[in-house]
Amino acid sequence: MSVLVFAETHDNTFKKPALEAVFYGKKTASMLGTQCIALVLGDAANAAQLGKYGADKVLHLTDAALNSFDSQVYASVITQVAQTTGSDVVVLVHSAEGKAITGRVAVKLNAASVSGANSLPELSNGFTVAKSVYSGKAKVHYTLNSDNKVISIMGNSLPIEANGNDAPVESVSVNIPAARVKTTKVDRITGEVPLPEAEVVVSGGRGLKGPENWGILEDLGKVLGATMACSRPVADAHWRPHHEHVGQTGIAIRPNLYIAVGISGAIQHLAGVNNSKVIVVINKDPEAPFFKAADYGVCADLFDVVPKLTEAIKKFKAQH
Amino acid sequence: MKILVCISKTPDTTAKISFTDDQKFNASGVQFIMNPYDEWYALVKALEIQESAGGTVTLINVGGADNETIIRKGLAIGAEKAVRINAEPTSSMFTAYQIAEYAKAEGFDLIFTGKETIDFNAAEVGAMIAEYLDMPYVSFANAMTLAGNTATISCEIEGGTETVEVNLPVVVSAAKGLAEQRIPNMRGIMMAKTKPLEVIEPAAFTENVVTRQFDLPAPKSAVKMIDADNMDELVRLLHEEAKVI
Ligand SMILES: Cc1cc2nc3c(=O)[nH]c(=O)nc-3n(C[C@H](O)[C@H](O)[C@H](O)COP(=O)(O)OP(=O)(O)OC[C@H]3O[C@@H](n4cnc5c(N)ncnc54)[C@H](O)[C@@H]3O)c2cc1C
Repeated sequence: MSVLVFAETHDNTFKKPALEAVFYGKKTASMLGTQCIALVLGDAANAAQLGKYGADKVLHLTDAALNSFDSQVYASVITQVAQTTGSDVVVLVHSAEGKAITGRVAVKLNAASVSGANSLPELSNGFTVAKSVYSGKAKVHYTLNSDNKVISIMGNSLPIEANGNDAPVESVSVNIPAARVKTTKVDRITGEVPLPEAEVVVSGGRGLKGPENWGILEDLGKVLGATMACSRPVADAHWRPHHEHVGQTGIAIRPNLYIAVGISGAIQHLAGVNNSKVIVVINKDPEAPFFKAADYGVCADLFDVVPKLTEAIKKFKAQH
Repeated sequence: MKILVCISKTPDTTAKISFTDDQKFNASGVQFIMNPYDEWYALVKALEIQESAGGTVTLINVGGADNETIIRKGLAIGAEKAVRINAEPTSSMFTAYQIAEYAKAEGFDLIFTGKETIDFNAAEVGAMIAEYLDMPYVSFANAMTLAGNTATISCEIEGGTETVEVNLPVVVSAAKGLAEQRIPNMRGIMMAKTKPLEVIEPAAFTENVVTRQFDLPAPKSAVKMIDADNMDELVRLLHEEAKVI
């Protein structure tokens, strides 16, 4: 018995969601009275650091065939490692890659699975895992009754602690099947934290009137170290790139802080942002539906308020 | 080209969500729709491929008889025929297993799903079908071209896009950009009424996932309004009360 965590890498580094998965795996392993093993596939800088987040041991497979992603190959390797290490709980990140692997591993291990869990397992009455459903309008608790269990974790679901030490890194022998999906090109936006991982997001809607006005929003984003987002009509009108579109048909985010500027708060917009921990809404219409979903609101002209807020944050940062 | 499109039914995003005392979804007064990723992108891309390369587009849905409204809509948009597996889905794996059981004897070249459903957002069914059928899987496709037996697909990844090449048969999950939504026209709606819709009983399956309980989130406390001339106060609250900066 043990908990196996697939710690995914991008550009050879571990992003926060992978560290969260390791921490989640460790917490789960402690509850079950067993150890947490982290699995790293392909090139990765400093796999031993996963020990700080709770891995008792790191298995690192450096075969070059694992540097490009094919869900079938990864699922096969993860399943083999789960079997050789006797792991009955497998934890993955609910990322683009994780989503492509979770279902496959569950089928291979004949495991019950929860995809997109956002809290630790509850063991008082079977093995129960919760996730948010219906655009954040409800939470469901699933009890997993099979011997093997597969869980993918939504980013930003639990605060991580890094108080362990480096873990020993070992290899393990597996059969790597030939890839059938060949990656020919990768374009990653660099220099910015991708929206699904962002802790602070500044978002603009049609209230900004045009792309030429985004400067004040970007200034606010800069002082906060935020990732930029926008409502759907803004992306559809090409005021902002499509990868910034959040909501039901765009990206779903769960930052600690979401600042919505000149966005009305339509239900389809809220569907992608209402898992944010704290929401600030700036809108000149007191009837804007977004105020009902907000923690803090400012009812005023954004062109006046946003620069003032930027200045206030600058002042705060200078003092802290 | 034999193409299968998996469609599912979800409550409209604007629906009020509640549960009955025995922890079932309370469907009364809820408007159901075809999952948008299935309808707008997966189905339309399948039709585009069929229009240029020939072949057939079959719809499949796992669900009760009341799902036939959305199945007929899919036929009205242009699919040739449909299959309904007569069972209420109990998990992603149940759904994927039923679809794979049907598909394995049919020899589809392409199987499309939407990238996820907008109610449970699990994004698991496509990967599971691929695993049951030992097929490659390409997820979150936002553009796709076919040359002979080879598909070139652009897909969403964390913080960007990547392009992959894969030989058919393949399972593809459809994201925004893969195709443009089509609205069924009158002729399509009339024709859909007589298109074949086969009902199949589910294959035996051992369910290991039990839905134990639904909770509604605690009602949000009222918004705190801050004066526009006092942004220092907002920053103070974000720091001291909300602890997010
Ligand atoms: C099936 C479907 C899916 C959808 N998916 C999405 C989605 O994923 N994401 C999404 O965002 N939308 C989505 N939408 C669209 C959604 O319904 C709304 O139309 C959209 O979110 C509105 O964008 P907005 O708030 O930027 O614009 P508007 O609704 O036009 O709101 C602009 C707001 O700015 C305020 N404003 C104007 N000027 C100022 C000023 N000077 N100072 C302060 N405030 C000002 C106004 O009071 C208003 O509240 C979807 C719709 C459908 C039907």
